[in-house]
Amino acid sequence: MTPGEDSLAGTVEELFRRVLFLPEQASTVAKDVDHLHYVIITTAMVAATVIFGTAAYFLIRFRRRSETEVTRRVEGTLVWEVLFVGVPLSTFLVWFFVGYHDFIRMQTPPPDAMDVYVVGKQWMWQFTHPEGPNSIGVLRVPVGKPVRLLLTSRDVIHSFYVPAFRIKQDALPGAYTQTWFEVTKPGSYRVMCAEYCGLKHSEMWAEVQALSPEDYEAWMQEQRRGLVSRRDASPSAPEREEPHKPARQAASYDAQNPHGEVMYGERGTLAERGERVAAERGCLKCHTVDGTAHIGPTWLGLYGRRERLTTGETVVADEAYLTESMMKPGARLVEGFEPVMPSYLGELEAAEVAALVEYIKTLRGARLETIRSEGPVYEPIGGK
Amino acid sequence: MSTETSPWEEHFGSRENQNKAAQLGMWIFLGSEVLLFTNLFVGYGVYRYYYPDIFVEGSKHLEAGWATVQTLLLVTSSLFVALAVHYIRQGRQFLTALVLLVGMGMGLGFLGIKGWEYWKHWTEGALPGEYYRLEELPVRGGSLFFTLYFLLTGLHAVHMLVALGLLGWLVWGAVSGKYTAEYHIPVEVGGLYWHLVDVFWLFIYPLLYLVE
Amino acid sequence: MNPSAGSSQPAITYLNHETTVGSWLLTRDHKRIGVMFLVLVILALLLGGVFAMVLRIELLTPGPTIISAMTYNRMFTLHGVTMVWLFMIPAIPSAFGNFVLPIMLGAKDVAFPRLNLASVYIYVAGAGLTLFGMLWSGADTGWTFYTPYSTTSPTAVAPILLGVFIIGFSTIITGLNFITTVHTLRAPGMHWSRIPLFVWALYGTSVIQVVATPVLGMVLLLVFFERVFGVGLFDPARGGDPVLFQHMFWFYSHPAVYIMVLPAMGVITEVVCAFSRKNIFGYKMIAASTFGIAFVGFFSWGHHMFVSGQSTFGSGVFGVLSMLVAIFTAIKIFNWVATMYGGSIDLRVPLLYVLGFIFLLVFGGMTGVAVATTSLDVHWHDTYFIVAHFHYIMVGAVLMAFLAALHYWWPKMFGRVYPERWSFLAASTIIFGFIVTFLPQFLLGNLGMPRRYYQYPAELQWLNVLSTAGASLLAFGFTLIGVYLLWSLRYGRVSTANPWGSSGYEWYSGSPPAPHNFTEAPRFEREVHDYTVPEAPRVY
Repeated sequence: MTPGEDSLAGTVEELFRRVLFLPEQASTVAKDVDHLHYVIITTAMVAATVIFGTAAYFLIRFRRRSETEVTRRVEGTLVWEVLFVGVPLSTFLVWFFVGYHDFIRMQTPPPDAMDVYVVGKQWMWQFTHPEGPNSIGVLRVPVGKPVRLLLTSRDVIHSFYVPAFRIKQDALPGAYTQTWFEVTKPGSYRVMCAEYCGLKHSEMWAEVQALSPEDYEAWMQEQRRGLVSRRDASPSAPEREEPHKPARQAASYDAQNPHGEVMYGERGTLAERGERVAAERGCLKCHTVDGTAHIGPTWLGLYGRRERLTTGETVVADEAYLTESMMKPGARLVEGFEPVMPSYLGELEAAEVAALVEYIKTLRGARLETIRSEGPVYEPIGGK
Repeated sequence: MSTETSPWEEHFGSRENQNKAAQLGMWIFLGSEVLLFTNLFVGYGVYRYYYPDIFVEGSKHLEAGWATVQTLLLVTSSLFVALAVHYIRQGRQFLTALVLLVGMGMGLGFLGIKGWEYWKHWTEGALPGEYYRLEELPVRGGSLFFTLYFLLTGLHAVHMLVALGLLGWLVWGAVSGKYTAEYHIPVEVGGLYWHLVDVFWLFIYPLLYLVE
Repeated sequence: MNPSAGSSQPAITYLNHETTVGSWLLTRDHKRIGVMFLVLVILALLLGGVFAMVLRIELLTPGPTIISAMTYNRMFTLHGVTMVWLFMIPAIPSAFGNFVLPIMLGAKDVAFPRLNLASVYIYVAGAGLTLFGMLWSGADTGWTFYTPYSTTSPTAVAPILLGVFIIGFSTIITGLNFITTVHTLRAPGMHWSRIPLFVWALYGTSVIQVVATPVLGMVLLLVFFERVFGVGLFDPARGGDPVLFQHMFWFYSHPAVYIMVLPAMGVITEVVCAFSRKNIFGYKMIAASTFGIAFVGFFSWGHHMFVSGQSTFGSGVFGVLSMLVAIFTAIKIFNWVATMYGGSIDLRVPLLYVLGFIFLLVFGGMTGVAVATTSLDVHWHDTYFIVAHFHYIMVGAVLMAFLAALHYWWPKMFGRVYPERWSFLAASTIIFGFIVTFLPQFLLGNLGMPRRYYQYPAELQWLNVLSTAGASLLAFGFTLIGVYLLWSLRYGRVSTANPWGSSGYEWYSGSPPAPHNFTEAPRFEREVHDYTVPEAPRVY
């Protein structure tokens, strides 16, 4: 192919992409997916034009000329019916086979892919590299290397969607699913949650930061320094140079920075409202309700529990202590936890505090402790 | 226009046609009922595939011997209900009521055994979902088995209650002379429903109690 | 066409032979039941439409506009629940089907009139419970009720689940009644090969209703039990599989699309014939494709789960089967257009809606094939492309057919003619407004805007504004229709027995029909939609 033809084909492609409002093609599969898209849309347009052209012609040609007009009885013939079935059927099957061929490719990660674990939870994405670094909201990968994502969810179903890569995969609680991509050019690409997951579903964004292999290697080296326990991913060199990319703002826009949801038309019992407050005010980022240890003590069975404090004293977690812990978290700290909780004095309304306490009270009973979800298993790629 | 007293509706045109319509309607309804249970059977199949050993263990926890008695009761009761249809066709209203009552008695016996079984599960904590307390089997899978057990047998028991009510109504109709040799379609249609409930049990029984 | 047809209008009609409130509420007349359903579903449409407008206004800006995220999430759930279960599923079968199916068969009523009346009240009870749930706190799960979100959501999901479960029985009863009626109550001379295609469409629909609705009922009941009693059948913590719920849900809810679309296609067939004054091209093919859709529709549910981790091979099978549905649809479209060939076409409002229907169905269908193409669906799944696609089918196609039926059978039902010019204006507004509303949504989906998004990237704003503008046109069009139809009930020109000169079998009765449909036993000697003689059929 000569360079001239190449650029012509490129121009036509670019024209199609813009007319159809498709995002940029940043993964190895994106182009193939889009090519089929162009073909199907073009065919649909042609078919529609033919059908409407015919209908319009009939409308004029066979318009009613008198009120007592009679018409000839026309029966469908076999030839026509075979044509009506055969033409669309063969077209559709061709599309299907091309599409299915691509689909198999999209579903089958190459054996040399690197793994990244992805956990979705309301309403953030967490990415963990087997080498250690884990981050919330930003996934850093090298360009030109296939990346396999192993997805799961902590709560409800989420869906990991990168429009620029043309990939999407549901993250299911209690199971691992997988997908893969290979980025073709450095840059940052928006990740969105595509499966409805509750209040801030539309803010559950993240970004894929595609780095050149050298930048990626440098970043990974940087992460390996320092304490293992502190291996939370820090920004890579290109990110520090350009901190104001739109996608990055989107990523920081998600769960870290809620837009101040107002309590709107509250209904339901106090405990139900408490559950909502807990989700909206970010309590559940540090406190779990299923008995697992996290940054703060779990709320399961907390009410009425005798807690040992850092001072060595014990305290019964009653309404007074729970309220105090929200307003002055550092005053009486439970042993084994860091004093990291901010004060909610002035942040929470009295009704919200009450709602939270009521909610914690409903989390009594050990019923959930016995049925802790075991970690789902995943299968490594063959031969690895 | 149909009159309130006559059981024959005028818009059917003929009595044969009304009988045909009633039977067809019942069959369609029965088909619909079968699909009501499908979900639970599918759920059973899927989870059994996920947790084969636990389901076998769970099955051993159930009273297979008593379930066999229940099965015999139901099959025999179906026989009596079939007899009822036979008698009403000959216009023998008293005999019809009698065999229907025998059938109902067996149905009640079935429910009695079921109730006793439920009570037993209650005491040992073999309960669905979050009430599951049984220690021999893990929660993952074990609670699913008992959830499905209670849903399947519970849904069946609800159908039994409806069917018993239906039979009771038929007994009343037979005693009060509403049904005759000529107008026997309600007994036939009601009998069909009883048989269907019976057939459901014939699927539930091996799945829950017998499958190794 | 034949003015003399008006002379044999019955003096006593189903509308005026009894006029007390009780005579309506306790009626067993299929026509009155049809009219009651018509009123109910139009109310539901209104409610769902208001929800839709609130959603569109909220989406005018990328951030919060008029309502909070929580309210938005409730709104789209209630919009879906109302439109799908309260409007779309009962709309054509329960309202128009009840009214014209027995007349088309020459019957005096449906097989089980008492059950038919019960179906109204079951619908009212279910709808009431659903409304109660909406007012109490309103579910925020989306109309699909996906677990585990639906089992953990803090909103009032339970009453809505129960309400939808109850409405299901109303649907089953209607289906059961139609099937039995077709089998047992056909008038003498109504051979199987003469049954109008609208009846065949309803028959196919009824089969789906009877077979699929209990499955949905049970799965919703399972979610209900999980919420109320904590039985946990889909709870991953107890070893359950949330995706199993999706399989069970779509096993019903995919065929449910055909519960909505098949009757719509039946209406289109009748209207095309009547206004082209032609018999249908390929009667058998259309009837067969109805059953083809009904059958294949049961085996294509997995195409909703291409990205949910189901096996690649499974997705392929579901993809191919979904394309078969498109083939059956294509057959119908070609046959409708071919019917116009050699006809005597009068472009009245019902036919205008039919053209709108075909236009939207071609695009809805073609995009349907596109999303059944597995690799493309990965990008489109759960984006606005899907939203646009199913609105093209469900709103575009079904609503167009509903409006076509409403205008075509309005004189039949109420004996009045609606104002022609206003109806043209409304129809054009609605078709145009529809395209403006949903065409941008295809593009939004291509750009990657996921559905059920309260906030969206700022660069997508202008397309959203365009879509909202289209929605206001739609709202205007519907208001117009409501006003002139209500006006015509009282002030409209009194209709003749057969204002369209149609030779469909339902026009063998008067307009409005006599209390028992016919004043004497009808004789169906002509084929349905036979226009080889200039006279309109006799009114019995």
